[in-house]
Amino acid sequence: MSYEVIGITVLWTFLFGYLIVASIDFGAGFFSYYSSITGTRHLIHSIIDRYLSPVWEVTNVFLVFFFVGFIGFFPDTAYYYGTALLIPGSIAIVLLAIRGAYYAFNHYGSRSRKIYTLMYGASGLLIPAALSTVLTISEGGYIEVTADGKVVFLVKELFQSSYSWSVVLLALVSVLYISAMFLSFYAHKAGDLPAFHIVRKYALAWSLPTILSSLLVFFAIHGHNREHFEKMMERSWMFAFSFLFFMLAVYFVWKKKNLGLSFIFVMLQFAFAFYGYGSAHLPYILYPYLTIHDNFTNESMAIALIVAFVLGLLLLIPSLYLLMRLFLFNTPYVKGK
Amino acid sequence: MLLTGYDPVMFSRILTSLTLGFHIIYATIGVGVPLMIALAEWIGIRRNDFHYLLLARRWARGFVITVAVGVVTGTAIGLQLSLLWPSFMRVAGQSISLPLFLETFAFFFEAIFLGIYLYTWDRFKSRMTHFWLLIPVVIGSSASAFFITIVNAFMNYPVGFTLKEGEISEVNPIAAMLSPAMPTKVAHVLSSAYLTCAFVLAAITAWSLLKGKNHVYYKKALKLTMVCAFVFMVSTALIGDLSGKYLAKYQPEKLAATEWHFETMGKAPLVLGGVLTEDNQIRFGLEIPFGLSILAHSNPFAEVIGLNEFPEDERPPLWIHYLFDIKMGYVAFMVLVSMLFLVEMIRKKGNTYRRWLLRAIVVAAPVAILTIEHGWIFSEVGRQPWILRGIMRTSEGATTSGHVDLMLWLFALLYLVLGVSSVRVLVKMFRNNQAEDELAKYDKEARDLL
Repeated sequence: MSYEVIGITVLWTFLFGYLIVASIDFGAGFFSYYSSITGTRHLIHSIIDRYLSPVWEVTNVFLVFFFVGFIGFFPDTAYYYGTALLIPGSIAIVLLAIRGAYYAFNHYGSRSRKIYTLMYGASGLLIPAALSTVLTISEGGYIEVTADGKVVFLVKELFQSSYSWSVVLLALVSVLYISAMFLSFYAHKAGDLPAFHIVRKYALAWSLPTILSSLLVFFAIHGHNREHFEKMMERSWMFAFSFLFFMLAVYFVWKKKNLGLSFIFVMLQFAFAFYGYGSAHLPYILYPYLTIHDNFTNESMAIALIVAFVLGLLLLIPSLYLLMRLFLFNTPYVKGK
Repeated sequence: MLLTGYDPVMFSRILTSLTLGFHIIYATIGVGVPLMIALAEWIGIRRNDFHYLLLARRWARGFVITVAVGVVTGTAIGLQLSLLWPSFMRVAGQSISLPLFLETFAFFFEAIFLGIYLYTWDRFKSRMTHFWLLIPVVIGSSASAFFITIVNAFMNYPVGFTLKEGEISEVNPIAAMLSPAMPTKVAHVLSSAYLTCAFVLAAITAWSLLKGKNHVYYKKALKLTMVCAFVFMVSTALIGDLSGKYLAKYQPEKLAATEWHFETMGKAPLVLGGVLTEDNQIRFGLEIPFGLSILAHSNPFAEVIGLNEFPEDERPPLWIHYLFDIKMGYVAFMVLVSMLFLVEMIRKKGNTYRRWLLRAIVVAAPVAILTIEHGWIFSEVGRQPWILRGIMRTSEGATTSGHVDLMLWLFALLYLVLGVSSVRVLVKMFRNNQAEDELAKYDKEARDLL
């Protein structure tokens, strides 16, 4: 494997990690708000809270890791995306900031306020919508480089594109699906049956829309970037596996058994689709201007970053394991004892 | 320039200063407070003293709120660097992305253990187990500061690559991290963060004592924080002196602009305050003979390079002289306060609870934060016109996008809201949960046990 492939794999893996942990967090925020309208908040609030409070800070780091690493491995992306995305990027920062800060204020502050819950819930849907547009843009057609080398972001094209909206839809639906599937597992583990019934209903309700919106994105890519679509077809087995794991995951939730395994299948479902999409996207990181080969950093920096990454993992994996053992797989804690 | 039209460079600079100016307050607290919590918890366990444990616990509670703002503004500046300085980041990505990457690891490490630490106060049989969980937080937060300051050191004195026709090549990522600016910069940032936190926590205690609360809990807290403040004051001052010597050797234009030193000469005097006339003559300044030579080379006769040796378009703005002098004024005040406290503490008839002394300690906290702000602005403006000294000008590094001005307003609003809310939440948090109540509860539990 060449350094650039290792680099993009590492980064893609962190983005995948972010996709999972952030979806759980974003969806939980939305469900927390939604349940306060429907009057079931008292049933699911504590389960959501018990999971989120020790891990909320960790979620953010996955994202930071992804974009800092990206600039390290592919410095030219900073120039292209940075110039083009000033406004959407800034809005995403503001949303992330409000979300993170108000979670802490609400949670650790003296009393919880409805407006905080609303902000927390709404930002949970707006952030994935905003962030997913970066993937849309990478598909090409929304950034233009003029003859004198100026990078221009074609906002109008983005807003009028059906592809762009299908990706937003998929992002939103997936967030709710992943989150509800996780909360089903967590509530079940806690033995909190009233909460389990509610989140299980959410999970089943969002399962079909997830598959439908994925299909929609498939068709939209077909219309938008044929080259990418062809490459995805070459990897159709990955998407078939993704669908298989989806079926198994939903089946277990339906039958109310093997919920831990069910969530692992959810992760596999998204992993297969995510890596299938990503590997078909290569070599482009911004179609057609940037590729992983032409816009890679120098070799010595690449080696240094990879070594740092391996050493970092040796430190992080045991720490993450400890965190999960204490709060995720520790039955007394999960049960609130 | 600001009023006549849209200049993305100027707005990018203002927005970056705004973000960092806001972030460094929370970041400084994020670096220093874990160390103070660790000290309190360790003393509490060693002496089996509940007061210190409660101190650690209450500090940790407040710390979570400041950390939240630190994390989100840190994420903001991380992304903003690429949005506002895309050309600079393109070069930085090639040359100095290793410490940026490592900083994320350090932050990751810290975030994981902070989550664990906060939720495991009474979960382990041995109290030491809980204490050890804080050590990764202390290391992680200080390592974050360490790595990010390395990036700044590189901007001040870039090394570790070959420069060919303005392009950098043959990068050595490790050598790039070891800029001559690194040791003094890193040490200064860390030491001053510890110092600031000691003063901030001391001021909170002094405020309570001034309000007439006189439980021994507060007295222990005051002694701990002020002794720390004194120790870090000494280390910060020593490192500050070394920073001056670094500047004299590697960035003489920065030192010369700071001290309004135009002609290269020996026995150079140090000028405090003053006004500059049009032909660069200093009026009304307080001149200390040999001062600058001593500051720069520890030798009253040593030659100090003057600003005239540098082309006019490569000189930093001369107003940094005032920034530096104001900063030194703050430092003098903090030295005085920490020394007076120590004298009162050691003296046989000393009284560390004199009202004027407590008031001075309360004032020292905002002064310490202002010192950090002044020092940081001084260091950044003093590097101008360069973003990467000698290689890339600030104007070449900035974005060319429109609407940076609009983003400036957006972020100003965000920081205003975050700043006000975080202070309100903190005040409310401690007002609703007084230390006396927790102490009384503990005393009752202790009595019940007997």
